[in-house]
Amino acid sequence: MTFNRVLTLIGLAILIALPTFIPPYFLHLVIQILLWAFIYTAWALMGRFGFVSFGHGAFMGIGAYVPALLWNYYDLTPWIGIPLSLGISVLLAIIIGYPCFRLKVVGHYFALVTLALSQVVLLSLVAARDVTGGSLGFTQKTVGHSWYALQFPDKGYFYGIAVVLWLIGLLAWQRIDHGISREALEAISEDEDAAAAVGINVLREKLRVTVISAALTALGGAIYGQYIMYLNPETVSGIAVSLQIVFASIAGGVYSLLGPTVGSLLTLSLTEGLRVWFGANFIGAANTIYGILLVLCIIFMPQGIVGTIEGIKARRRRMAKPSAAPSNVRT
Amino acid sequence: MDIYLLEAIINRILLGGVLALLALGLNLIFGVIDVVWIAYADIVMCGMYALYFLYAEYGVPLPVACLIAIIGVSILGVVVHLLIIAPVLNSPPLNQLLATGGLLFFLQSFATLLFGTDFRNIGVRLPILEFATMYISFARLIAFMVGLIGAVVLYLFLKRTYIGTAIRAIAQDRDIVGLMGVDQRRIYLVTSAIGGALAGLAACLLALQYDVHPFIGNTFGPVIFMICVLGGLGNMIGGFAASFIISQIIAIGGYYSNTEWSYVLAFTFFIVLMFIRPRGLFAR
Repeated sequence: MTFNRVLTLIGLAILIALPTFIPPYFLHLVIQILLWAFIYTAWALMGRFGFVSFGHGAFMGIGAYVPALLWNYYDLTPWIGIPLSLGISVLLAIIIGYPCFRLKVVGHYFALVTLALSQVVLLSLVAARDVTGGSLGFTQKTVGHSWYALQFPDKGYFYGIAVVLWLIGLLAWQRIDHGISREALEAISEDEDAAAAVGINVLREKLRVTVISAALTALGGAIYGQYIMYLNPETVSGIAVSLQIVFASIAGGVYSLLGPTVGSLLTLSLTEGLRVWFGANFIGAANTIYGILLVLCIIFMPQGIVGTIEGIKARRRRMAKPSAAPSNVRT
Repeated sequence: MDIYLLEAIINRILLGGVLALLALGLNLIFGVIDVVWIAYADIVMCGMYALYFLYAEYGVPLPVACLIAIIGVSILGVVVHLLIIAPVLNSPPLNQLLATGGLLFFLQSFATLLFGTDFRNIGVRLPILEFATMYISFARLIAFMVGLIGAVVLYLFLKRTYIGTAIRAIAQDRDIVGLMGVDQRRIYLVTSAIGGALAGLAACLLALQYDVHPFIGNTFGPVIFMICVLGGLGNMIGGFAASFIISQIIAIGGYYSNTEWSYVLAFTFFIVLMFIRPRGLFAR
């Protein structure tokens, strides 16, 4: 058994035992960190290959709102509502993704098209205020503890769900990282035409990773909605959420498995910590510092925190063993 | 034709003038420096706050306050260039986009921290003009006229002056221009200053019509990007025309339904057009 595997097992054991010994407030924080980490990981599936989407707020919004609306108006269980919302997100991802990839809308243009997508979903949610409650938000009908309604007043259940989701996210990341797709997608992000010339089906590879990313984001949004039990267009969709997803993932590092998780851990603890520290009198103080850190991060550590640490480690290792060929160094 | 529809269309053409001004500024910066300033609308927000405090709080006469605001935002443009854009000039385009996105976060939250989330109005009440039973906002008429004048002055500056010619040259080929003895860094600074000044001018015009609050950039920022991309990033005349097209879609959509749906329509129109003409409406 390798050292890393032992570390992983210890980490998992701590994760499982966690709800028994930490107070509810911290449990709430940990659940949020895990759920956002899942969403950031889902975004990083695309983001690491240079397909920077500012539209993930749209998928998250759909994921959160569709099951909630179906539950309130038609008493439809989230067990059907959530797959439905995933389906809608995937459909939307294909409607936007297919023409984008087909017509080679890349870089700035892709970012701005997806930005428009997140505005479309946000404004639709606000505009349909008769159904969604608009900017005032939307609250699901509560029924107490129920597996059918996927509502648990006891945070322990959601903690379990969040851990499982997070592991699913990491698994998806690893599957793509170890699969043949990664080589193909890396080639595409370097040079699309050259990738196509060596026989990579550019359109299919890009569309597949986009669909997976969108579906996982919607799933994260749905569970987040079930957990928070209050939806607001501004907090589950739109540009602000899209930017939050992009920045936290990048700050943590999109090139490493745990990068987005570290991004989620750092940004949420920073926001919460600063909020407790400054109190309610200084709304905006936390985000001000956050904004400065983001800019610094992108200027000085474009690989993200985890990526930078790994880079330093790799350099040390190479210095210790000068004969070893530089491996695993990605730019 | 319905008189109310006509009124909506005219009022929107007038608002289109201000959007055109912002599209010009953003396009200038993109064309010359090749960086998209996601935070451009938030720099406008800073200008609106400057005008609000100078005029409404400290009682500086309006024209002087406007002038100071414009100069202030112009300096802000230079500072942003030096602190944030210059270090990432040679990074991948997406990192540049993200760096200015971080600036957006910073400006919005810093404004919240300093000024709170209150809506503030500079308190200038301009009359509403009645013209053939249509009501037209005088503030918008002024904004439109000043916007047009600003565009013409910018055009003359770019066409007639030495530095304007250098700016246009750099937009065409940034490598050769260096060989011709033009200092790129100086041109970048001048461009950022002009971009900032245009944002400041737009801020003064917008402050006449809207309340200022920390998140006002979110209400028209995305629209400006849409306009610039539709016109073709870096294409000034395209951006100018696109701002009127988009404002008409919003006007007509808003007339038949409410404002949010009209924006949904405009953004959808944008996405569809990106697929039909991926390099902008007026790309050759």
